[in-house]
Amino acid sequence: MTSRAHQIVFENVSKFYGEVLGVNKVSFSLGPGITSLVGPNGSGKTTLMNLLTGLIRPSQGAIYVLGLTPQQPIEFFRQVGYCTQFDSFPPGTNGYDFIYWPLRLHGFGRDQAAKLTSEALERAGMAQVARRKVAGYSKGMRQRIRLAQAIAHHPSVLVLDEPLNGLDPMARAESIALFETIAKQGMHVIISSHILEEVDRISDRVVLMSSGYVVAEGQIREVRREVHDHPTQILVRCSNAARLAAAAFELDHVVEAKILNDGHGVLVRTRDAEQFYLLLNKIVSGGLVEVDAVAPADDDVNSIYQYLIGSDGGPA
Amino acid sequence: MRAQDLVARAQRWSKEQPWRLFGSQIFILVRNEVRRNLFTRRRIWIYLLALIPVLIILAHVILDRNEPAGPAQIENDTQVLAGIAQVYYFRLGIFFACMAIFTWLFRGEIVERTLHYQFLAPVRREVLVVGKFLAGAVVATALFETAVLACVFLMYSRFGSAGKAYVFDGPGLGQLGSYLLVTALACLGYGAAFLALSLLFKNPIIPGVVMMGWETIAPIFPAWAQRLSVAFYLKQLCPVSLPIRGPMAIFTIVPEPISPFIAVLGLLCLTIAILALSCFLIHRMEITYTAE
Repeated sequence: MTSRAHQIVFENVSKFYGEVLGVNKVSFSLGPGITSLVGPNGSGKTTLMNLLTGLIRPSQGAIYVLGLTPQQPIEFFRQVGYCTQFDSFPPGTNGYDFIYWPLRLHGFGRDQAAKLTSEALERAGMAQVARRKVAGYSKGMRQRIRLAQAIAHHPSVLVLDEPLNGLDPMARAESIALFETIAKQGMHVIISSHILEEVDRISDRVVLMSSGYVVAEGQIREVRREVHDHPTQILVRCSNAARLAAAAFELDHVVEAKILNDGHGVLVRTRDAEQFYLLLNKIVSGGLVEVDAVAPADDDVNSIYQYLIGSDGGPA
Repeated sequence: MRAQDLVARAQRWSKEQPWRLFGSQIFILVRNEVRRNLFTRRRIWIYLLALIPVLIILAHVILDRNEPAGPAQIENDTQVLAGIAQVYYFRLGIFFACMAIFTWLFRGEIVERTLHYQFLAPVRREVLVVGKFLAGAVVATALFETAVLACVFLMYSRFGSAGKAYVFDGPGLGQLGSYLLVTALACLGYGAAFLALSLLFKNPIIPGVVMMGWETIAPIFPAWAQRLSVAFYLKQLCPVSLPIRGPMAIFTIVPEPISPFIAVLGLLCLTIAILALSCFLIHRMEITYTAE
């Protein structure tokens, strides 16, 4: 119960739309920080988020958000903010009212709601255009005003369905910085996105989905370690690439050692990265090769996704 | 005060005084609903529905201004007014206006894909139903009560002092009170029914037509069945009785009259029962716009 009170818990959750599978037998727990839901269209990301926030009900299983369920809406939606993918707004509303009136429903007085509205608009970079009708906003502005509404009441859990869609590079960078700030404050941030490089950089953990199933879940490095079938790629920038490649080939677990086109590095594919790093240490300490940089080349979500489900996780 | 303190204070307040929170939420929902959906240009035909008899009576006042205006004419116009109220307003005008207003409260948000904002607010779904229902009731009642008032005013104003005496020293004021009461009850009864139908069916028009049929043929059913129609209670409260004409007259079963108190209570109980059903239905509702 204690862990439930601090985590987002899915317990054997399934959702069927008639005979169509939404998600099947999903079980995991999420702690504070940024969690990315990654998967192609139709993999069940939005279904999972809608289940989490009570917009749809599970066909079986149970979901707890900090020990609460959507059946307790007053307490639940104090803790949860959801920026959906639905690009629609109440007719005739302007940016300010779009945030102000939901805050009044929370029980905030006029002045309090006005203060929180201004703060949210400022954080989302929408203060200048707040009095304009939402119907006249660009797609990026509409995305940001929805984000402002989701964060306005200072929720502990922020659920963002494709929050970077339609944002220009500047707004994208600002939004990512905002998510990171929020996560650092101890909040749970759950993001779904097709832009794998971006969620890769900001995520503390990932949930990889395919056809309604969770195929892997955990910290990106942990998930990567689970993918034993696929060798890890390690990029070594060094002075004597040929010698390093030759030494690497003597190891059983190294399946490929490719010298880079510029001749100043080797891309090694190995089934045992730890052993390769030991070898590298020996070579370096023996003075045979001078190493400038070593970095995993496929330790990102995109590569993991390709390994796990044979797709790049991009739009289907 | 810091934002976090504001949040903590609002949380404390709503925990300590949940009924005040519900009250304030209902007020905000009513305000937003009335502004956003009901007083818009799209609703002009509903206003016309309410105003048609007013315009007809106005034409009658202007065209027949030179006709003699004696007590017989007042009696005749009172019957005409009863026909307008009971046949047009209570059977057709309020029925169709409520169909448009109340079915749109939730269906409209589904069509516009905005219902999820309501479901993501910290508002109990029962409170949402009550808020939306009250918003519809406020608009429908205000609109049709104004229309009925205008009809009565125009109808009797042309009689000058005789008309004034009929209204203020005769039965006119009592009749007006009854019509206003029946109008409000009709808006509540039909409104609750259409709200529930909009939650039960994707397209509430067909069940609405079935309901219209039931309200029309209910008088040929036994008295206990007639009590399940809104029109039964409204008819009991109407101050002027209209003769039953046409083929329906042969089959009509005239039930034992019930007291006005029972009629009002019966209709309010029916309204509350239907609203309770709506509260149950809203809990089953999911946001799947693509399936709508």
